Amino acid sequence: MDTFLAWASILCIGTGVFLAVTGAVGIFRMPNFFTRLHAASVTDSGCACLLLFGLMLQSGFNLPTIKLCFILIFFLISSPTAAHALSKTALSCGAQPTPSPREER
Amino acid sequence: MELIIDITLLTFLGITALAINRIDKLFCVIMLSGIYSLLCASLFVTMDAVDVAFTEAAVGTGIATVLLLSTIGATDTQQRSAPRRPLFALLVVCATGAILIYGTMDMPAFGDPDAPIHQHVAPRYLQESQQEIGSDNIVTSILSSYRGFDTLGETVVIFTAGLSVVGLIGFRGMQKFGDRQRAAGITQDDMGKHLVLRIVIKMFIPLILLFALYVQFHGDFGPGGGFQAGVIFASGFIFYTLMFGLDAAMRVVSPRTLSYIAALGVLIYGGVGVATLLMGGNFLDYNVLRSNPLQGQHLGIFLIELGVGTTVFSIMVLIFFAFSSRKGLRQ
Repeated sequence: MDTFLAWASILCIGTGVFLAVTGAVGIFRMPNFFTRLHAASVTDSGCACLLLFGLMLQSGFNLPTIKLCFILIFFLISSPTAAHALSKTALSCGAQPTPSPREER
Repeated sequence: MELIIDITLLTFLGITALAINRIDKLFCVIMLSGIYSLLCASLFVTMDAVDVAFTEAAVGTGIATVLLLSTIGATDTQQRSAPRRPLFALLVVCATGAILIYGTMDMPAFGDPDAPIHQHVAPRYLQESQQEIGSDNIVTSILSSYRGFDTLGETVVIFTAGLSVVGLIGFRGMQKFGDRQRAAGITQDDMGKHLVLRIVIKMFIPLILLFALYVQFHGDFGPGGGFQAGVIFASGFIFYTLMFGLDAAMRVVSPRTLSYIAALGVLIYGGVGVATLLMGGNFLDYNVLRSNPLQGQHLGIFLIELGVGTTVFSIMVLIFFAFSSRKGLRQ
């Protein structure tokens, strides 16, 4: 059981780190605001949640796990909301969701 | 491992500082200064100074960023370029920096156990605070009991700072602020369109306030205390103001009430000191508050942390109100 938990946590943390790196690359490489926002929000929600879940598996069933669980719930709600607010504001300020010909590479 | 983390964080810190210097857009500068504070907080965590890190994260990253952003509303978003290259200023800064670095040569090495600061009162704090104060968190016992007088000074400083900001910026034209806003066609509907944001913030505000209370009353056992709790409680109010507008927030608690609450916090703190004097102890010597010295310490720390929390909370909200009302006036 312990080995299984250890491997599961390594898998979670590894995937989280991978998402963090791809998100960081995406923020720099993506062509316009919305695609960049997508990269950032994947880092925000997917990566952070996977890392936290991996840490919860590492820690076992105790008080830190409960605290991590609260942070996880907070992240699950707050980061999609932040991404939503950003994209909505950008849209109302006139940013185009599809890349204009000038922006395409 | 810790060395790698330290080097990475310090490199990021340097890059952020350089970027803050280079960038003209004030919005980016504010965001970068928030990142700078967060990096500092991470460095404090690697040094095991969680209380300081907590304060830095709450004050530097949270409330300072919001206050600066609300200031931007009243000023320009672009930095004006300097009229000439300030070579003399550069010279002064370099000379002062060189002197300061030269001064550190004489200081004991970082973490040296024989350093004077670790010989003076620190052993007593570390070894005997459990018996003398009975608080699990040594930082809290130092901050509120051994060094209670210093903390009183800090609280008064925050109180004075808040009073000066309100005195300088003020709430002039505040009564007509709502009318002016309506006349200018600025309504809260701009924010009201964000339905998702509204609902999520409504969900989070009680949790933020609850967390602030936890930080306030859990300061004896873990990192936290009046300063952090006050800032977090204030951030809940600022959240509300950002979403539902200044008028709605001022209906919840008016600036006048806030200034009374701020004074009340300092009064509680000073009152505990006077009470200990009257009960035959020294100023802020909590042992005399109860028959059992440990219980007296517990009660004293609880009361003064409450005073600190109320003052910090109301001053933060007051400063935010002052800046935000300024924004309305300009439009």
